[in-house]
Amino acid sequence: MATLRLKQVAKRFDDTDVIRGIDLEVNDREFVVFVGPSGCGKSTLLRIIAGLENATSGDIVIDGERINEVGPADRGLAMVFQSYALYPHMTVEDNMGFSLRLARVPREERRAKVLEAARVLQLEPLLDRKPKALSGGQRQRVAIGRAIVRNPSIFLFDEPLSNLDAALRVQMRIELARLHEELDATMIYVTHDQIEAMTMADKIVVLQGGVVEQVGSPMELYHHPRNRFVAGFIGSPKMNFLPVEARGVTTRGVEVTLPGGGVSEVAVNGAGSRTGEALELGIRPEHLLLDEQGPLAGRIEVIERLGGQTSLYVRMDDGIVTLTADGDVAHAVHDRVRFGFEPGRAHLFDGQGQALESLQRHPLSELGRRDSRADPEAGA
Amino acid sequence: MNTSRLQRFGLAVLAWSITCVIFFPILWMFLTGFKTEAQAIADPTLFFTPTLESYVAVQGRADYFRFAWNSVHVSFGSTLLALIIGIPAAYSMAFLPTRRTKGTLLWMLSTKMLPPVGVLVPIYLIFRDLGMLDTRIGLTVIYTLMNLPIVIWMLYTFFKDLPKDILEAGRMDGASTSQEIFFLLIPLTLPGIASTGLLSIILSWNEAFWSLNLTSSRAAPLTAYIASFSSPEGLFWAKLSAASTMAVAPILIFGWLTQKQMVRGLTFGAVK
Repeated sequence: MATLRLKQVAKRFDDTDVIRGIDLEVNDREFVVFVGPSGCGKSTLLRIIAGLENATSGDIVIDGERINEVGPADRGLAMVFQSYALYPHMTVEDNMGFSLRLARVPREERRAKVLEAARVLQLEPLLDRKPKALSGGQRQRVAIGRAIVRNPSIFLFDEPLSNLDAALRVQMRIELARLHEELDATMIYVTHDQIEAMTMADKIVVLQGGVVEQVGSPMELYHHPRNRFVAGFIGSPKMNFLPVEARGVTTRGVEVTLPGGGVSEVAVNGAGSRTGEALELGIRPEHLLLDEQGPLAGRIEVIERLGGQTSLYVRMDDGIVTLTADGDVAHAVHDRVRFGFEPGRAHLFDGQGQALESLQRHPLSELGRRDSRADPEAGA
Repeated sequence: MNTSRLQRFGLAVLAWSITCVIFFPILWMFLTGFKTEAQAIADPTLFFTPTLESYVAVQGRADYFRFAWNSVHVSFGSTLLALIIGIPAAYSMAFLPTRRTKGTLLWMLSTKMLPPVGVLVPIYLIFRDLGMLDTRIGLTVIYTLMNLPIVIWMLYTFFKDLPKDILEAGRMDGASTSQEIFFLLIPLTLPGIASTGLLSIILSWNEAFWSLNLTSSRAAPLTAYIASFSSPEGLFWAKLSAASTMAVAPILIFGWLTQKQMVRGLTFGAVK
């Protein structure tokens, strides 16, 4: 049982505000991912939770107890560092057992715990090796093993996969998800990679400039981004943004004039919009559809064929739009194409970049990676 | 870089010439020690019948081993003390810097720019009042203070190269500050600490100003031993050379044995 609450946590370095008053709740056994561009404060926030950095103000509460003044080792947390931070002069076994040695756990018991963690991570044959003699993936597993041995109430991961090559990263991602199931522990994971966030999280916290932009399940962030930043950050390839003009508001949504003169209706609540207001239309590449009668048009500039799907980069008057099409699409570079979109899948953003609320919630938007536990009411 | 053979040959010749120029006085001192006094002041020659006459005479006049023991005692003692103070100091400067850390480091180095003679009188008087004149403790203390800035500077740069994450991982694992230092920092920067220690030993061994001014007989190290052969009865070159050879031999041998460690330490962190 481990819950974490942050109340108005802020951090100042000299004259820069790195974290500006963050409120957050992490539930027991939840896998929470902090995601954001570099410099958004996500690592600092994790280090504040770990106790390696002091918060300038605000409270950090674990299981109902304020722990701001508690030292890192006494918070009952374990951290996996981006650089792994293994002790180079110790064997794998000593690395994993170091915390127990410091806690004066008897040798036999220590060995038993290390072996147990090594079994979970398939590290048994490597226990006598030094970190230098391990591959990147093995080092990563030792770093995780070191955390497991401590039996922490919360696991903290600071970009643990970013030093691995792409194939290994996918493999470790799956392994971490499996580990979360097996250990049934609360985990907080920092990354700049939105794919890691989407695939592993029960709950994603999107940070920018030291503030939380949005907290929600992966599907919620994907289908109902609260603002332009989250919309652009979550999803790959990035969401397209087109300048549009509000023509009128109806009960079914907002009618907008598209670039090129076409008219379309977007299913969002237009209560605050005025006719003639400049808005931005956001459509994900996978929701743009090639269509002879479509309201949008442009010339294909680049084609990326991935086999199963094809990315088309289409030049319009206002810039380039990315369009994800079928793998077998026959178009060639320089072709003129017309395309459209499903109105229910489009987003509208006002002049401040805030999203206009969708009229319909996406049915999966409450679904966490492990829906039944993350949110019992949502159940599948 | 594509150096031709000729260039490399030229470079080798240059390096060897410089080495010879630097080494020549030591060689000459070594040879002179095996001459008679008459040969020593005669026209320089490389060919002569070696004799141990001067060594016997030198040992007859002063007990070399007593001075040597003082040197060992004082240089090793002061180095140990400097490391005991310097390691925690450099640790806090490298890993917990404040706004004044850089300034403190520069200030410490600036104390090395002061000519020692400038503080001779006050230090002499303090030593006199504390009864530390001509004691090994006194000399150890002054050498420790003398080398501390260099020791801290060197340790600081070595510690800086250690990834902070490793110590933080230790802190997460429950290590106290002293456990961090003993279990992680020291084992991981041992080459650097060793070369710092070696340098400190050599500097202390070769130090002459304070040893000549603050000691006379009981605590006098080898530098005082050499000096005692230079002035009183005019210059006896052969005996002076013999004494000097004996004084520098231990540290030269020591340096030669540890040169691998020294070079490793001084270039530690330069790669990677």
